[in-house]
Amino acid sequence: MITKEDVEHIGWLARIEISEQETTEYMEKLNSVLAYFGQLDELPTEDVPPTYHVAEVFNVFREDVVKESLPQEEVLANTEHKQDGAFKSPKIV
Amino acid sequence: MAEVKWMSVAQVKEQIRDSSAEEVTARYLETIEKSKLNGYVAVSEKAVEQAKEIDSKGHQGPLAGVPIAIKDNISVQGMQNCCGSKILEGYVPPFNAHVIEKLQAAGAVILGKTNMDEFAMGSSTETSHYGPTLNPWDLERVPGGSSGGSAAVVAGGEAPFALGSDTGGSVRCPAAFCGIVGLKPTYGSVSRYGVVAYANSLEQVGPLANNVSDIAALMDVIGGYDSRDSTSIDRKIPYQEALKDDIKGLKIGIPKEFFGEGINPDVEKAVWDSIHRCEDLGASWEEVSMPNIPYALASYYIIAMSEASSNLARFDGTRYGYREKGENWHSMISKTRAEGFGVEAKRRIFLGTYALSAGYHDKYYLKALKVRTLIKQDFDKALSKTDVLMAPTMPNPAFKIGEKIEDPLTLYLSDVNTCPINLAGVPSISVPCGFTDGLPIGLQVIGKPFDEVSILQAAYAFEQNTDHHTKRPPEVA
Repeated sequence: MITKEDVEHIGWLARIEISEQETTEYMEKLNSVLAYFGQLDELPTEDVPPTYHVAEVFNVFREDVVKESLPQEEVLANTEHKQDGAFKSPKIV
Repeated sequence: MAEVKWMSVAQVKEQIRDSSAEEVTARYLETIEKSKLNGYVAVSEKAVEQAKEIDSKGHQGPLAGVPIAIKDNISVQGMQNCCGSKILEGYVPPFNAHVIEKLQAAGAVILGKTNMDEFAMGSSTETSHYGPTLNPWDLERVPGGSSGGSAAVVAGGEAPFALGSDTGGSVRCPAAFCGIVGLKPTYGSVSRYGVVAYANSLEQVGPLANNVSDIAALMDVIGGYDSRDSTSIDRKIPYQEALKDDIKGLKIGIPKEFFGEGINPDVEKAVWDSIHRCEDLGASWEEVSMPNIPYALASYYIIAMSEASSNLARFDGTRYGYREKGENWHSMISKTRAEGFGVEAKRRIFLGTYALSAGYHDKYYLKALKVRTLIKQDFDKALSKTDVLMAPTMPNPAFKIGEKIEDPLTLYLSDVNTCPINLAGVPSISVPCGFTDGLPIGLQVIGKPFDEVSILQAAYAFEQNTDHHTKRPPEVA
């Protein structure tokens, strides 16, 4: 069961601000979905390995070769929050 | 020139030879201009110019001058890529997705970007920041999702074919609801480079078209290895060579778990009629058991939501997109994401964050991954005895706009027959197989990994011997 405090904590982890009213709404909706997810407990899986993805490829590396990358102006083109060729963001406190 | 609506790609190519790519493109743009479906979120200002250039260069490439619509989570350099979300308002990617590079090399003309559920999360295209797309078969109903815009424009005659993405059924669901063909390729067979991620381990770019031949033609262009997608698999699949009108000896498996209690009786009947039609054409069928399928939906959603919560962490208002004011870094990001993401996206981020968090990771995420293994084993076993599996694509025909959107669980249950395929990474195609109350029904043909040949051949033969795919939506005809 997710409590209101859990919802607040999740919002903090996810960096999504939620109002007091939303906290209650989320708690109810999330609990009904989690109750549905609980059915997985019916299945015995102790000796079953997890499948993270089905592609049979692992540790795909490439040679460390310098290649052309995006010009700085293109990288910065999608924001107005920039200064001296860098992204600008509020201070972390 | 003739009306281009609902022309096959072969017919469009004929028109291009007889007239020009410029003229064909202009006809599609006229149709789009008049449309009331809300299928496109952006129409390309360069489409006519692109077509003219192709005309001047003598129509090189297998898709030279053929127009295509692109779902708005696939990067097209210079065009918006907003994923149906406010948080990506104004974002214009400075690069092309691999599939777009392939299409441009093949000479295709990009008509525009199509509407979708926000970040591909949904089965109805109702969660888009651009508002819902309408189903051309019934304007009060959903087109399916999340590639509802791509499906609606193809079904509505606004593009000969389109690209979508399929994470839990997002190509097949709208294909079924809009009465067209949609393919979810084998995981790893089409590059995801340049596609905004919702749940990387589950999703694939997939084509939508009015017939199986055009699906195969599009796959021959977009399929193949790409070193920039580290889950890309280097295996050639002869898509167009699969198109033979012959299924004598084909062994069809009917997984009873895909015909559960939630399946609409008219849908079930249409699917069984289709199976019997295949039998008439020389195929045989047998029932197969996939005992873990009832647990697929819960497993799928836990995995998808967990991956989504991680993938969507990149949207923080810093480098592009929507930004709110905040006193500090934490508050700016928290307000931006609160305002920029829609209700469904936030719900899934919350659930995914919870499923991955300390103390709950093993109970939810790890458990779901183990169930995924059991589901993969079910498919491997069922497909070891049969060539393909057949089942309903969707449990019901298209529902009304607004009917399910308030109850997340009801909407999630819509994916019951499509999401197991993504957990297993196998290919699956939806083809129209009938109608109920004027609404189309989709038959799902599921195959072994990289055996797109079998499912395309089965779908093609079925299509050649039925007329469902020739029907057009009366609302937009």
